[in-house]
Parts: sequence; C-alpha cells; structure tokens
Amino acid sequence: MYVLGIETSCDETAVAIFHSNKGLVHHLLYSQIDMHSEYGGVVPELASRDHIRKLIPLVKQLLQESGLVNADLGGIAYTAGPGLMGALLVGAATARSMAWALQIPAVAVHHMEGHLLAPMLEDKPPQFPFLALLISGGHTLLVHVNGIGQYKLLGESLDDAVGEAFDKTAKMLGLGYPGGPKLSALAELGTEKIRFPRPMTDRPGLDFSFSGLKTFAMNTINASPKTEQDKADIAASFQAAIADTLSIKCRRALRQTGLNRLVVAGGVSANTQIRAALTLMAAGENADIFFPRAQFCTDNGAMIAYAGCQRLIAGQIIEGQAITARPRWPMMELSAID
Amino acid sequence: MKLLAVETATEACSAALFVAGGILERFEIAPQQHTKLILPMIDSLLAEAGLKPADLDALAFGCGPGSFTGVRIATGVIQGIAFGLDIPVVPVSTLAALAQGFFNHNTAELDVVFAAMDARLGEIFWGVYQRDSQGFAQLIGQEVVTPASLVVAPELRGIGVGSAWSVYQDELQLRLDDKLSYFEAQHLPSARTVAKLGVHGFAQGLAVGAELAMPVYLRDKVAKTELERKSV
Ligand SMILES: Nc1ncnc2c1ncn2[C@@H]1O[C@H](COP(=O)(O)OP(=O)(O)OP(=O)(O)O)[C@@H](O)[C@H]1O
Ligand SMILES: [Mg+2]
Repeated sequence: MYVLGIETSCDETAVAIFHSNKGLVHHLLYSQIDMHSEYGGVVPELASRDHIRKLIPLVKQLLQESGLVNADLGGIAYTAGPGLMGALLVGAATARSMAWALQIPAVAVHHMEGHLLAPMLEDKPPQFPFLALLISGGHTLLVHVNGIGQYKLLGESLDDAVGEAFDKTAKMLGLGYPGGPKLSALAELGTEKIRFPRPMTDRPGLDFSFSGLKTFAMNTINASPKTEQDKADIAASFQAAIADTLSIKCRRALRQTGLNRLVVAGGVSANTQIRAALTLMAAGENADIFFPRAQFCTDNGAMIAYAGCQRLIAGQIIEGQAITARPRWPMMELSAID
Repeated sequence: MKLLAVETATEACSAALFVAGGILERFEIAPQQHTKLILPMIDSLLAEAGLKPADLDALAFGCGPGSFTGVRIATGVIQGIAFGLDIPVVPVSTLAALAQGFFNHNTAELDVVFAAMDARLGEIFWGVYQRDSQGFAQLIGQEVVTPASLVVAPELRGIGVGSAWSVYQDELQLRLDDKLSYFEAQHLPSARTVAKLGVHGFAQGLAVGAELAMPVYLRDKVAKTELERKSV
C-alpha cells in the first residue's frame, strides 16, 4: 500500500510516500525559514498562508517524480498535532478531503510519534522495546517504548525544550533564526572554557530543566568581552553542558529500565556533538543507539507517512470525517497497535 | 453539470450541490465547528443526490475575504478534492456570495448592495455589488479592507448588507448618507449562492486548477519584521 504523508505543523511543508513493503519511495520538503527569519521567529499566520500556497504543488511534484498517480494511493496520513493550529489545519483539511475524494482512509498522525519512529526509515531500524530520547523545538521527552503507541513517559522538561534553549541562546549570541544549527556551527570554533551547570543531574529523577542554562548563558555573554572567540567558546560550553546533561539522564534511564537500545530523534538529534556524546555513553552501557539520518531529525513528511502507514496497516482509521487538528495532544494518549 | 460548493469564511458553515439544474444545500451557524461539519455535509449532499465524489465535474468555494482560518478551511477542502479528482475550481468572493444572497431574496427595484463584513482590528471588508441583467452579483470597483469611516461608494443608492452593518452602523450611515436606502446586518454568505455564482463563473471560463485555488485575505500585512520593529 502506498501512503501519502503530509506534515504542516510548523514552518516546513513536507510530503512523502511510503510503501508498506517497498519502504520510502520519495520525499520533498519546502522550508519557510527564510521568510520567518525576517521576523525573528515563526509568525503563525504567515506559516499557514505559506502552507496553503505550497502544499498541493509539492504533492503534485512528489507523485510525478515517483511515477505515481492518485489512484495508486491506499491512504493519506497527516500531522494532526501537536503544533500551530492554523498550520495544522491546512494539512488536515487538504489531506482529509483528498482522501474523501479518492474514497481512501485518512489517518491523523501525532507529530512526536512521527519523530520517534523516524529511525525506522533507516537500514538498521531498532527493535522494540527501546528507550527514546525526543529532543526538538517544542519537546524534551524520555519515553519507554514497548511498541507503536505503547509509550510510558519517564521524564520531560519542566520548562524550555532543548531546541528552544538552543534557539534562545543563539539569539543572545546574535545568531539568526533558527539558532540551533548556527550555534552548533559556532561551537565548532570554540572550546569548553566555561563550566555551565548540568541542570537536575545531581538529584534522582529523569526530568529536565533548561531555562537555567539560558540565563547562565545570558550572564556569561554579558560578562564576556564578546569577541568572536568568546562567543564560540560560550557556544561550545553551552552545547557541552546540554550534551552532558542528556547523556547523564539517558544513562540513568537505561540503567533504571534495563533497556539496551536507545533511540534519539527530533531536530536537536541532528547535532553532531550531542550524537557523539550519546554514542559514547551508549557504548559504555553496552546499549545500541539509533538516530535518523540528519534530514529526518527535523520535521519531514517521511516520518508521517511511515507512522500513518503502520496505523493504517493495523486497521486504525481513527476518525470519521472530522478534519482533526490538535495543537496540544499528549503523546501518551495514543492507542497501541500490535 | 454537477458542481460542489463550500463556504466557511464566517460563523456560517455550508455546502451546496448544483445538480440537475437545482441546488441542494446544508447550512449551519456553528462557530468553531466548521472542521467537524464540512465533510459530513458534503457527504450527505452527495448521498441525497445519489452521487459518488468521482461524479463531480467542478467545484466552487467562498475564497474570502473573511476569517483567515475559515477561508483556509474552505480552500484546503476544495484544493484536496480538486486535486484528488483532477477537476477545476471556481473561486467565488465571499462578499459576492453575501450580495447574491440578498439579490436572490429581493426583487425590489434597488439593485445595489453595499456588502460589508466585520474584519476585526477596527476594519471591515467592503465591496459594492450590482445586480446584472441576468440577476448575478457583479462587483463595482474593488473589494478592500478599510476602516468603516473611510469606505468609498459610487453615486448609486443601495442597501447595506452584512455583519459590519451591526458593528459600524453609525460610521457607515454617516459616510454613505443618502446613498443608503436601508441596511440588513443579519445576512451571511452561503454555499448556495457560491454554487450559483460558481456555475456562472464556470461558464465564463473562470475555473482554475487545484493549486491556483487561493484564499483572498485583503489584509496582507499581518506582522512586523525585525527591521520594522526596530525602526518604530
Ligand atoms: N544541529 C543542531 N543543533 C542543535 N539544535 C538543532 C540542530 N538542528 C536543529 N536544531 C533544533 O531543532 C529544532 C527543530 O526541530 P524540529 O523541527 O524537530 O522541532 P519542531 O517541529 O519545531 O518542534 P516539535 O517537533 O517539538 O513540535 C529547533 O529548535 C532547532 O534549533
Ligand atoms: Mg518537529
């Protein structure tokens, strides 16, 4: 079965086709980053306007380049949440009504389940059960995963998400939006000269807190002579603290759960230093570690097509004809498939 | 010809089917419920007519102006169906649909409508429509988003129609003075009139492909860039 996946939850319009036997067929992405960067961040109304301009042309190109026609599709998966309401609605309305026109099922996909399952698109996908660290622009989650939809929340951020901390610190360093990748590039030119705190690592538990790091970064920047080298050193120090904190918590979670597989996904999992730190930690714990390829760490259509396909195969057409958009949608509410 | 139309730009949510020379409609005033209602409405129209989606020949939608989100729901739904079935779409102005609704029910000699809907932020969506010889609403001049006190109207006597006439009746009456005959604020645009104008537009060659079926917002500046914020 060919499944079309549509992702419009934030500032990328992304589409993909996944086949239940053949795997990923094709994927395309249009990023709105250039438009939003003029505004210093995502403007929700402009994001919605751009999605509705770009979505159908992108789907058209996707099918053409895949050598497929509408009639080949067996289902349509779309991101129903969490995300920006107006942006989600574009994907949901278009996907749901296209499915109606073709009289095929549509399935509402949870964006974070998409991220979580992105490593399944790689050559050596992880087997269940595993520990998942989801680190993105809006989420920092440690989840015990027994199967698709079988999630137990072990820990989460009590304040800023990791990606948010990256973006805010990058802004303070005068880097543009979105700051994560830019801060990471700058960190390459510096060394860990300043010891940033490792928040909440000195007490038990698997929750995170990153807003303190942001404040520490602010004070450090203000106190420094602000040369390019200072900035690079601050970036490197900040990034090292994040990598270290994530490693400490993941090690703790692996030991606590007895799991021996770790999946890391979400936009921040594209960060090379974080990947390296977690890989080293996992080796020390005799655990296997799995990442998506870099382009599937951030938002993409492939992960949505994949997640939707799994739910469709399991016969989970979880809606009637309502166009579903849920800006807030706890991942733990998802139902299990076997 | 079988044409399906939707209109979701205001608190009214409606779908209509032009088939066998007549129009079937589903219409509900249901703020925030459009996403739940619109596809079931469409489905029940086709069921009543004994049609499958693939039997449709063309589509029409109220493309705005109106609630940005509401207009995008109609646009998304229509783009999805149009692309899925590979059939053409006629975009129909929501203000034209509003005016057409009035013309349909009023055969009085007054053939001009001052269509005006609340646009929030102290502004209204404004368009002047005239009934043409065949009874269709035809735009005079341009549709604009404007403060009510600054609307521009041609030297014609007409009737005020639409929600802005309850919110800004004083400003509008003052501005239009004796060009205004009377006003009726309670009218809402409906898919029935979108279908009627859609069929007409189709005959005039105004249909486009799915990817060109676009919303009309009128208000284009919705945020300040970092540069603009700094220069204030
Ligand atoms: N190399 C990198 N290093 C650090 N952060 C990065 C890197 N690449 C991307 N990011 C961060 O990842 C985030 C974007 O990831 P993603 O697209 O998964 O988030 P989102 O979709 O906005 O949020 P969510 O998935 O939680 O709804 C941004 O905060 C960005 O700065
Ligand atoms: Mg994301």
